[in-house]
Amino acid sequence: MKRRNFLKQSVFASGMTLIPSFLKGMEFLSPDQLSGYKNVIIIQLSGGNDGLNTIIPISNDIYHRLRPEIAKKQSETLKITDHLAFNNRLKEIKKLYDLGEVSILNNVGYPNPNRSHFRSTDIWQTASNTQEYLHTGWIGRYLDSNCQHPYQALEVDNSLSLALKGNSLNGIAVSNPNQLYQTTREPFFNSLVDHTQKEMLDEDNQGYLYKTMLETYSSASYIHKTSKIYTTTTEYPRNAFAKNLKTIADFIVSGLKTRVYYSALGGFDSHVNQLKSQDRLLSIYSQSIGALVTDLKKNNRFKNTLILTFSEFGRRVKQNASQGTDHGAANTILAIGGGLKKVGVYNELPNLNDLDNNGDIKYTIDFRSIYATILHNWLEVNDQTILNNNFKKLKFV
Amino acid sequence: MKDLLTDKQIQHLYWRCGFGISSPKLKVLRNLSKDKIIDQLFEESQHASMLSMDFSFLQKDKKSLTREEKKELRKLRNQKMFELNHLWIQQLIHGKETLREKMTLFFHDHFSVRLKSPRACLHLNNVIRKHALGNFGEMLMEVSKSPAMLLFLNNRQNKKNSPNENFAREVMELFTLGRDNRYTETDIKEAARAFTGWNFNKEGVFSFRTKQHDFGVKTFLGNTGNFTGEDIIKILLKEKQTARYLTQKIYRYFVNDTINPKHIATLTETFYNSNYNLETLLRKIISSDKFYSTKNIGSKIKSPVELIVGISKSFDIHYEDPKVLLYLQRVLNQMLFFPPNVAGWPGGKSWIDNSTLMLRLKLSSVVLNNGVIEWHESKNEPETVIAMRQEHYRKVTSKIQKKVKAQPNWDIFLNTLETNDKNYIASLVLQPKPSKGAELMIANSSNNTIKNFVIELLSLPEYQLC
Repeated sequence: MKRRNFLKQSVFASGMTLIPSFLKGMEFLSPDQLSGYKNVIIIQLSGGNDGLNTIIPISNDIYHRLRPEIAKKQSETLKITDHLAFNNRLKEIKKLYDLGEVSILNNVGYPNPNRSHFRSTDIWQTASNTQEYLHTGWIGRYLDSNCQHPYQALEVDNSLSLALKGNSLNGIAVSNPNQLYQTTREPFFNSLVDHTQKEMLDEDNQGYLYKTMLETYSSASYIHKTSKIYTTTTEYPRNAFAKNLKTIADFIVSGLKTRVYYSALGGFDSHVNQLKSQDRLLSIYSQSIGALVTDLKKNNRFKNTLILTFSEFGRRVKQNASQGTDHGAANTILAIGGGLKKVGVYNELPNLNDLDNNGDIKYTIDFRSIYATILHNWLEVNDQTILNNNFKKLKFV
Repeated sequence: MKDLLTDKQIQHLYWRCGFGISSPKLKVLRNLSKDKIIDQLFEESQHASMLSMDFSFLQKDKKSLTREEKKELRKLRNQKMFELNHLWIQQLIHGKETLREKMTLFFHDHFSVRLKSPRACLHLNNVIRKHALGNFGEMLMEVSKSPAMLLFLNNRQNKKNSPNENFAREVMELFTLGRDNRYTETDIKEAARAFTGWNFNKEGVFSFRTKQHDFGVKTFLGNTGNFTGEDIIKILLKEKQTARYLTQKIYRYFVNDTINPKHIATLTETFYNSNYNLETLLRKIISSDKFYSTKNIGSKIKSPVELIVGISKSFDIHYEDPKVLLYLQRVLNQMLFFPPNVAGWPGGKSWIDNSTLMLRLKLSSVVLNNGVIEWHESKNEPETVIAMRQEHYRKVTSKIQKKVKAQPNWDIFLNTLETNDKNYIASLVLQPKPSKGAELMIANSSNNTIKNFVIELLSLPEYQLC
């Protein structure tokens, strides 16, 4: 069956009866629309990834002096320049780098950095100042101002991060589209959705609950039906993170009208015996991203996909007494994609001669500049209304 | 008799000041006047049941421990945090001092602390409980000096020559004046100087380290003097904005997410003039006619803890595995003693996203009926369909039974119902006026047992509100 016919059939012939008529009319992307449809995938390395042992200032004496037990030796790295090298667990990333598909942004952070996981994660997810507590995330506000449907931002996980919560729209959390769909198949809830009428969807809390229920139903049904269109044959590593990336690839290639995908890999809080734990996680990261990119390339979707990887903070330059590192500040960010405008090492390396009072790397790029760049240059929307400020746009996309 | 409340209004009072009401209790209260009901509510909360745990494992000197022992100790602390969570949630479900516990829950969020120190967390929780219906100023002072707060907001590290502004900032932004109200960055710096030297000793008792205190002159909110931390807190309490900020927050918690400025103005005066007496403020709120107006009833989204405690209380649910209660709090995004950050839980609509909503809608059937909601539309179905459905229910039941292991006591609910009238039961279980859709569902319910009908009611979005 031709793709377009299949799409038509699944929309019009199958059971859309669950959805009240005023919510119908969801479209799929046709193949020609699909070709220009840009996505961004945002990956959080939770726990605070040590950027200095990820992208390594290999020739820097201070690095080796402050980390006598955990500094990487040249033989344990993959060379980028005379001064910089990848952790050798990042083989797939290095390959992409050599193909001109990676941009390395150094010293990304914000003023008065907070070193609590929770607080710093909130700051990154809400795009707030250190002293500002926001209850909406930056992607949530993108939904508010630029989208009609919750599924236009999807978190492939069990619960929704603050990043995807807006004022009027929330993104959708889905770890397994089939399972999400199954939870909405309870006959009692089906009847309830069937009986829901427009005038029940007031602005009050009760209306909000019904509205969220309907949105969950329509999104679950949309995601379930659409994502069945494509199931990848590319081989992914066997771990939960790779499984989530595979789900994202299925969504993208199936033509889901989702612009932002969100997922996380946890466990980076390396206070003790860091080398072992971080290397293991970086392997998982690299292999999984490698498989995702292969998949997207196969389906000609890589050039329209941007993968951004961040962590809530970097770690202290000086190692601690347990062969680990404590919470730090500014960090390296990776942008991976087939449509990057500036590839390679984007800006200057961390200045280990000029650390802050805690012995942490000072920031030179505000992380909100990166968001502004993605919103403005990549998703082509007004970044200022979303970020409530005018941040300098960068040139990586 | 004057000033009688309707059943719905009494339920409203008990949902907002506690976690719902049982049918027998409602039967007693409906013959009492409003004032009498309110008096009784405070009388029931006269006493404070302090939480207590055994911390003898912490007595050892940390320095003498080996690395392995330290690791073991860390593990034990984490485990004790979960035990503490369980201890309190059990008290919320089974305790008699509902209003006091509800206020403790409010201030647990207001003085939001997240630590891996079970002893400090338990102590703070008891400090809050002690003052929950007493004087806010005294609570603020004791909380500020508690090990939990000194640890969490780094006042211990706040020293004369290297000030740490964390506590000074939050005490104004979150605990008293509210963000961007009255104070400046300079006020924060000056207050931080006044708080220098605050610490606690090995026994967890507050101590003032004179060597680390900055005895110099400070200017704070227009006042100048050799202020100490205590002075700063007293000055903050003199500010009427502190009374206003607290009143607004308490109003949002007990009455409505949307505040009524006129109402707030009068309440603020009452609170301020009573020198921050929490009982006086609460009495005024729940005695006013506005509190019982229809637009306030059933208008709030239950917090996960209100939802879990509410349903567990009504059906006296026994959880064989304490991990289940913990799991429910986690997936619904509110774990007691683990608030997301110093600002506490955002609350209101932010409790709800697609996955939490579906879980919340399923919760009642899961803890009360092994996950089964018996519902079917058509009345004349072939036997094969009925058999298939029964088979499906059987599968779901055995799966959930193994996982959840919750034992509700249906008798205490069913045997105390005054009639089996559907509308009566719906009105007892649901606070808001049911939506048109829900009304249809109630009318169409073909369930032959009251139990199944109750499960349906509890699975409606309306049950998420109080």
